[in-house]
Amino acid sequence: MGDFTTTELMSIFAMQGFAGISLFSVLLLMALGLAIIFGQMGVINMAHGEFMTIGAYTTFFMSEFAVSYGMVDIYFPFAIIASFLIAFIVGYLVELGLIRHLYQRPLDTLLATWGLSLIMQQLFRSTFGAREVSPTLPDWMLGSVQPTETIDIPINGLFVLGLTIVLTAGVFYFLFKSKRGVHVRATTQNRLMAGAVGINTKRVDRITFALGCGIAGVAGAAFTTIASTGPTTGSLYIVDTFMVVVFGGAASLFGTIASAFSIAEAQSIMEFFISGSMAKVLTLLFVVGILMMRPEGLFASKIRK
Amino acid sequence: MEFVKERLLGGKEGARGILILAVLLLIVFPLFLDIFRLNLVGKYLTYAFVAVGLVLCWGYGGILSLGQGLFFGLGGYAMAMFLKLEASDPESTKIQSTPGIPDFMDWNQLTALPWFWEPFNNLFFTLIAIIVVPSIFAFIIGVAMFRRRVSGVYFAIITQAIALILTVLIVGQQGYTGGINGITDLRTLLGWDIRSDSAKYILYFVNVVLLLGVIMIGKFVITGKLGRLLLAMRDKEDRVRFSGYDVASFKVFIFVLAAAMSAIGGAMFTLQVGFMSPSFVGIVPSIEMVIFAAVGGRMSLIGAVYGALIVNFGKTYFSESAPVLWLLLMGALFITVVMAFPNGLAGLWDKYKDKLNRDSLKNGFRSLGKREKTFDIKWPKITLPKFRKKETEVKGVPSNIRGDHA
Repeated sequence: MGDFTTTELMSIFAMQGFAGISLFSVLLLMALGLAIIFGQMGVINMAHGEFMTIGAYTTFFMSEFAVSYGMVDIYFPFAIIASFLIAFIVGYLVELGLIRHLYQRPLDTLLATWGLSLIMQQLFRSTFGAREVSPTLPDWMLGSVQPTETIDIPINGLFVLGLTIVLTAGVFYFLFKSKRGVHVRATTQNRLMAGAVGINTKRVDRITFALGCGIAGVAGAAFTTIASTGPTTGSLYIVDTFMVVVFGGAASLFGTIASAFSIAEAQSIMEFFISGSMAKVLTLLFVVGILMMRPEGLFASKIRK
Repeated sequence: MEFVKERLLGGKEGARGILILAVLLLIVFPLFLDIFRLNLVGKYLTYAFVAVGLVLCWGYGGILSLGQGLFFGLGGYAMAMFLKLEASDPESTKIQSTPGIPDFMDWNQLTALPWFWEPFNNLFFTLIAIIVVPSIFAFIIGVAMFRRRVSGVYFAIITQAIALILTVLIVGQQGYTGGINGITDLRTLLGWDIRSDSAKYILYFVNVVLLLGVIMIGKFVITGKLGRLLLAMRDKEDRVRFSGYDVASFKVFIFVLAAAMSAIGGAMFTLQVGFMSPSFVGIVPSIEMVIFAAVGGRMSLIGAVYGALIVNFGKTYFSESAPVLWLLLMGALFITVVMAFPNGLAGLWDKYKDKLNRDSLKNGFRSLGKREKTFDIKWPKITLPKFRKKETEVKGVPSNIRGDHA
């Protein structure tokens, strides 16, 4: 580190820190969906990455459509909504056909959803081709902001960050303020009791799962602005995302945010000084080490099991 | 003799199963397959080691590890390091800028052999390391996790992350590990050319004998008290704990055993295939190995071998003829096995056998009527409810586990 002056170091930290924030946004967007599904329902969805890919492909096709009709400047919000809806619908169907039969067997859910992810990846590959694609971004999303001479912050990163904040707030509102959220939390805490007071717990499960998938779809839409999409894009992030959720403490949304932030920042700041792979190894080792000492994660839920 | 029959072979049924498997692997395959195909079968059988380990630790112990590739890889890499050092003697590597070190190190500008490679010059050390290194890893992971009562899906996710860490590490540290290509171009074992046909035959038989040995160790474990304890732990962990058993130690033991078995498989893989690479270490191979055990039947040691063989035959066949179809089929296989046949092929076989037994029982009655043959019908034992029962039986726990252990 000796070769850098203090200002240079500060700029490096600022820029790598911001690169970390992009990673943080993607990880958090994926982890939010997963935290709902895993934290609230205890279901391991290994195909979660593929739901993100669904969102990414939806955005890509919306952009193709927008380009041919000259609506590049305005299509993106619609793409986000479409990504959410399509991933939501697919998630709903998956719950209906697969997940609901396996609630009693979490380890088997893991294997079945892994199978599902293989099938989805192959379907993507057969339908959209193995080539990586990226959508045409509207002009306002390109370029960068320069607060000082040496710091360069890309606008798409800012956009993704904004989207993440809005969505996180939305999830919080849903879970803690809305009536349906009360149902979800009640079902998590005591399924039998929730059923006894008239909550349709099966319906709550279905909606919760579909919602988690829908959020993964939005994560996919956000992902397209910073990287290109291929059939296996989602599976690259799945283990990281699971680590984020477990590290944060499965049932705690605050924990998910904190752990996504620390994992993403640790990785991208280290990446500048040592190789990317070693940064990843060290980050994961650190997380695994902490989990070994504190298996309930950073922010443990207060539910006793 | 009784010990061999009841414990190592698992009774009459188990002995028959092992015998059929042994005949198939030792006689039928070598007679009817050419050396190329036989070598492939040998490769599949190395996965069976992992699958057998998974039956013990997942089927019986209820511990799903998604990081078995880690142990398979450690065993395989240990073997590969020895073979690579033997293949890179100063004579055959004299064109390198530093002769006497493996070629990939030379390409990565290393000028001396790293310290952790040194001991692998010794075959004896290597053979011990193949078992011991993965066992130590498994022991550390197991103690850290099970002492803190991490189980179920958390354990699965964390083992998966550890497998990912090792893969990224191997790929990233090219100079020390050979990177993404792995350790290739392995030629001889103590001067014995492992690429010749005769060597392939011999290695195949060594492999099968080791596999049968591993199965018998597994049988020994599950037919004993430990096996019953494992089942009890899987079904009602707290009850076993309250009975005074140290649950974590049993879990650590079975996890280490499964790891050691996987490592033997990895070493045999390197010997038979002639290289080792990170693509056999990471998440995808680890999960595939779980599916081998699931297809064969997670409660059947012998089923696991058939599972590994059948899935891999399928994989080879379809990847040659219809690669697109294969991933779809593999995915469908995961889902169908889990949804419809949780006990895999072995479960199907048991059902079939039950049906046969019932049929023969019916026939027995019929023939009894005709007075042609008499059948020895075992009536189910009916125990009448006892009044003033002194001891309460605990459901789901072996009957010899009672409060006096507490």
